[in-house]
Amino acid sequence: MTTNERFPRGRTAVVAAATHGIGEAPGQSSIDLAAMAGLKALQSANLSIADVDALYVALPDDMLSGLSLAEYYGIHPRITGNNRTGGSAFLTHALDAAMALDAGLCDVALITYGSNTRTNTVRYPAPPGSSPYEAAYKPLLASSYALAARRHMHEYGTTREQLAEVAVSARNWANLNPDAYMKGDLSVADVLNARPVSSPFTVRDCCLVTDGAAAVVMTRADRARDIANRPAYLLGGAAATTHRYIAAMDDLTVTAAAMSGPRAFAQAGVKHEDIDVLELYDAFTINVILFLEDLGFCPKGEGGRFVEGGRIAPGGVLPVNTNGGGLSCVHPGMYGLFTMVEAFQQIAGVAGERQVKDVDVALSHGNGGVLSSQATLIFGSDATL
Amino acid sequence: MSATKPEQEFREFLASGRFMIQRSRSTGGYVFYPRVAEPGTGAADLEWVEPSGRGTVHSFTVVSQKPPTPDYNIVLVDLEEGPRLMSRLTGVGNDEITVGMAIEAVIERDGETPVLLFRPAAGK
Repeated sequence: MTTNERFPRGRTAVVAAATHGIGEAPGQSSIDLAAMAGLKALQSANLSIADVDALYVALPDDMLSGLSLAEYYGIHPRITGNNRTGGSAFLTHALDAAMALDAGLCDVALITYGSNTRTNTVRYPAPPGSSPYEAAYKPLLASSYALAARRHMHEYGTTREQLAEVAVSARNWANLNPDAYMKGDLSVADVLNARPVSSPFTVRDCCLVTDGAAAVVMTRADRARDIANRPAYLLGGAAATTHRYIAAMDDLTVTAAAMSGPRAFAQAGVKHEDIDVLELYDAFTINVILFLEDLGFCPKGEGGRFVEGGRIAPGGVLPVNTNGGGLSCVHPGMYGLFTMVEAFQQIAGVAGERQVKDVDVALSHGNGGVLSSQATLIFGSDATL
Repeated sequence: MSATKPEQEFREFLASGRFMIQRSRSTGGYVFYPRVAEPGTGAADLEWVEPSGRGTVHSFTVVSQKPPTPDYNIVLVDLEEGPRLMSRLTGVGNDEITVGMAIEAVIERDGETPVLLFRPAAGK
């Protein structure tokens, strides 16, 4: 692994972000949703589609969605990015955009995503696909994550209740978010007694299935100050891949976040205690426990104990998934971009009732496949430059 | 030379009642799932070998179904030779599966299709 990465720290920023159609958006196609989220983000930056010269997108139902969205918008981007690493794709788009912006290859990068997974009439194939060596055993998407959860329980004594704490914390954040799809009281007992899906998971350990779209706009830092009151500067970021299907994951209790995280921290030049909020891709409850460990917020094996007692919930010492996450806010299939939207909104100070006080550094983390691809971004306010 | 049609050859072995994996002649490393080169080294001198069939449960999950459809299990198996694969345990209750239990391969048929399953190891 290269040790002298030269990431353009703080030289690019997210200047606008938007969501659209969270929950149910019947009759709108995935590209309609993605296009509208992009327009809303551009509008809030006083930009138009004509300004976009780098377009990044991944849709669930269109292998060539980069081309499709360029056509839909009627633009001819200098850069069209369509990297598909699952739900982490959009964070890798941001890494590419940062380097392209810094090199002067483009001036305005739009990253967008949408899916009508809940209300469409055609069932999309699960993003991780289906291995010919696994299909006969009929694993649900949840099953691969459940196998990791079971192994974590076996090796570290992580309990069913500790997994449930992740879902409860997410719900308590969602209860502060007017856009969140799933609200209401949720207790650890509620999670344990919910409909079983793939042991040890019940349905409340699993992300939602909703419609929804998200978009962010990135520019170079010099321009960011003219567009946004409080841009979210990209201080560092890295991605790593370990496998595609779960049987090929070397250690079911260690994800590629253990590689992407340290690189992102080194580039950003920040310490763990500097991070004010974490937005972690919580496809399943075990994800948050694994990522807290792999990103270095607690030792390996301690994630279950770490999330107890509301530590990551509203009022806790470490705010995690402040929008309610994929577990209670929104999950159209590839949630990663929503972690960037929320990180931006927390730094911008526009998160309303769920706003964490004085956010200067936010970590956004995306997961793709079945714990296969991991991408970590660290954003900072003006004060961190 | 390695298999040029690894998946097809694996399935032909399975149809004839044999569970086969691959091994690199140069590195000695065992490989599953079948492919044209050993992961990590790229060694393209894989030959088919018959594993012992013995392994242990690395992890497991039980998928819930709407009654009367029975729930089913999924396991990750650590083969004695090293590779890990996904399978299903037969001949054991879903509530009796434990991480680390000793198991052995068995080929059963799902209609016309041969399927690689595992059962509790004999004598355990």
